[in-house]
Amino acid sequence: MDNLAELLHGFTIAVTVPHLALMAVGVLLGILVGVLPGLGAPNGVSLLLPLTFGMQPVSAIILLSSMYWGALFGGSVTSILFNIPGEPSSVATTFDGYPMARDGRPTTALATAFGSAAFGALIGVILITFLASWVAQVALAFGPAEYFAVYFLAFASFVGMGGAAPIKTVVALAIGFAIAAIGIDTVSGSVRLTMGVDELVKGVSFVVAVMGLFGIGELLVAVEEEFHARAVSSKIDWREVFRAVGRLRRHGVALLRSAAIGCWMGITPGGPTAASFMSYGIARRFSRRGRHFGTGEVEGIISPETADHAAGTSALLPMLSLGIPGSATAAVMMGGLMIWGLNPGPMLFVDSKDFVWGLIASMYVGNIVAVALVLLTVPVFAALMRIPFVVIAPLIVIICVVGAYSVSNSYLDVVMMLGFGIVGYLFKKLFYPLAPLVLAIVIGDKAEDAFRQSMLISKGSLGIFFANKLVTCLIVGGIALLLLPLVLQLARLWRKPASPAIDTPAQEKVII
Amino acid sequence: MGRTSTFLLSAAVTVLAGTMPALAAWQPQKPIEFVATAGPGGGTDNLARAVQNIITKHKLTEQPIVVVNKGGGSGAEGYVYGKASAGDPYKVIFGTSNAWQQPLVSKVAFNYTDLTPIAAMAQDEFLLWVKQDTPYKTAGDYLKAAASGEFKMGGAQSKDTDEVLTRMIEKAGKVKLTYIPFKSGAETAVQLAGGHLDSHVNNPSESLGQWRGGTQRPLCVFSPKRLPQGPKVTATEGWSDVPTCVEQGLDIKQYEQPRTVWLPGKVTPDQAAFYVDLMKKVQATPEWKDYIEKTSQVDTFLTGAAFDKFIKEDLEHVKQVAGEQGWLVK
Repeated sequence: MDNLAELLHGFTIAVTVPHLALMAVGVLLGILVGVLPGLGAPNGVSLLLPLTFGMQPVSAIILLSSMYWGALFGGSVTSILFNIPGEPSSVATTFDGYPMARDGRPTTALATAFGSAAFGALIGVILITFLASWVAQVALAFGPAEYFAVYFLAFASFVGMGGAAPIKTVVALAIGFAIAAIGIDTVSGSVRLTMGVDELVKGVSFVVAVMGLFGIGELLVAVEEEFHARAVSSKIDWREVFRAVGRLRRHGVALLRSAAIGCWMGITPGGPTAASFMSYGIARRFSRRGRHFGTGEVEGIISPETADHAAGTSALLPMLSLGIPGSATAAVMMGGLMIWGLNPGPMLFVDSKDFVWGLIASMYVGNIVAVALVLLTVPVFAALMRIPFVVIAPLIVIICVVGAYSVSNSYLDVVMMLGFGIVGYLFKKLFYPLAPLVLAIVIGDKAEDAFRQSMLISKGSLGIFFANKLVTCLIVGGIALLLLPLVLQLARLWRKPASPAIDTPAQEKVII
Repeated sequence: MGRTSTFLLSAAVTVLAGTMPALAAWQPQKPIEFVATAGPGGGTDNLARAVQNIITKHKLTEQPIVVVNKGGGSGAEGYVYGKASAGDPYKVIFGTSNAWQQPLVSKVAFNYTDLTPIAAMAQDEFLLWVKQDTPYKTAGDYLKAAASGEFKMGGAQSKDTDEVLTRMIEKAGKVKLTYIPFKSGAETAVQLAGGHLDSHVNNPSESLGQWRGGTQRPLCVFSPKRLPQGPKVTATEGWSDVPTCVEQGLDIKQYEQPRTVWLPGKVTPDQAAFYVDLMKKVQATPEWKDYIEKTSQVDTFLTGAAFDKFIKEDLEHVKQVAGEQGWLVK
């Protein structure tokens, strides 16, 4: 195998003392950046970028990509412990991670998250190693119509799954789309929905929305319910870290399915955020314990985490082979590549073999370094849960305010974040689901752009969504996922015409 | 990361302390913020970071420099921020011709007159690109084919430089093109490689890798003369081998994208002079030459009256195109 020989050569570049040291530094910085909300991997990487100008390109990319791994891991920490997603892609981790941590099992939640994340990343790298050229071809087949179909599939897999009343899901989606539409519209170039506030031309930052909806929203609910003035009195048990990782084997199906979804979304490029949501939605549908999702299910953590990391890793491939970044962080790194004098694109694999395979080898090693470091920190992070609520609550407010401000040094963002906090609170109180809202904010405008670009190309004919096999499969798959719950319900009615709705109370509780 | 950046800043301050005697009448007394009116990784961002890097390396000022990205709303976020910072000489805004073009076609809350022009530092060229395996050899072939079928032209953003040029091509070549706006030039390039578009008008750096990789090739450059000789891009061709569009019968003599630098409004002439001088020093360094060559841009430096004249002329031209298309906002 040609690729294997190249990979081994790559390992000789990646596994040297200075590069291992760079990995450790990168991972630690990344964890820090990931844990602090509002900073996130793209910002962290762009802050570090100027420092790398003097380095060898391989060393520079190893440092930056290690930071990326660290940030992906770190982003899960605050999602699980405080319900504040540090990274957009770890929102779905809050759905089950936070309830589990609050339930007194923060160690289990963190270890499960990290373990499955590492698995996802590993699958992503293996894919890159062996299917690089094939994957590049697949990505080229994606025009606007195909993009729209992928986003549609992501929406469908999440929306159709039930949990909340369908009408409430639709309302949440519609609000999300409206928020995503704020700012300049790509297709027409005009300013939309700024309501006279000049600064809104930049649109609503996802981080601002999420920190308000989850962090502040949850806090308001907790305060009202006099949330356990008790701290969670969990014993910090080292062995539990390994036990939790060991138990992952029992969820092999969920792991593999989520990794597949993640790789697919990373390549296409739907991105890690869409991947984690889609994976969670599908897991909830197909898991035997799907009904308990939202109350601290292990598979509810495994699914989004595995997909997130598989997508995050495989998103680097389109960047290298096509010059199109699959995520915001990849975009920053691509800027770096050009400054180091490399040209991302089809020729990179031919011109700069050392660089490409050094990077790929460093993904294997870097992820192992990252998971080792991050598992070591689990007890430290879990200990944070022991701090009493009266101390932690103001801290959460401070983190959210600082995080929102640091997105673009704007006071307006802080005000909006607090506004979103109130929205989040109302959603919780009225049993509206937050997930469709968030999903629509993240990929709503992309889906809209793709749809309108398709319409420009086809001159307004919907036929473009059935123009070739690829797009037809995606669209039909999406429609099937949308209709599945309806069909199942009808079938159930058919069999048991007079069955009383037994699971209604359970459903109300697990709305997410 | 707050901690890390403070660390970096203080490190930078220690390195810079005690260098450089005062040269201009006004000298900055606190850290300077470079505002890139684009997201990380794009051309404008690269310029801001390259200038930051050069200034830091050559210690051209005593103060540390921080680059922030305000690329929301096709750059409007950065310009609005500049407008709101009137009188603050510690914010330097990096942009393009967007500064005067965007207010013409969309209701953004700024105009270039709200800012103090410092300089236009480099010009990015535009080329007409087609997919590698298409039969057209020249712009003439392309126009002939476009006349019979409706061609899809991709570009970055709507009613921006790419679409203006597309409309100019329609007029000069007497064809009708369907313009499809994408978020960036890089995205457009991949769409062309995948065969979802017929052509685009990317800058050299946006499609360099694609040309080398043999997925697309340039037909002609919208410039009065051919690009300067540089290293070969593909096995046989370099930028200087690309004919001008006029040579090939597409009569658009010149179309370029200036990279512009601004201060907020209401700063003193002394303060503006300091930055004009600073940018001149940046341009004199070997690193700048290197940056220009790597990104295949044209090295220019317009400031003062020459820059004003350039803006006025470009504005007249864009107004005309925008007027014909019915884009002007009231």
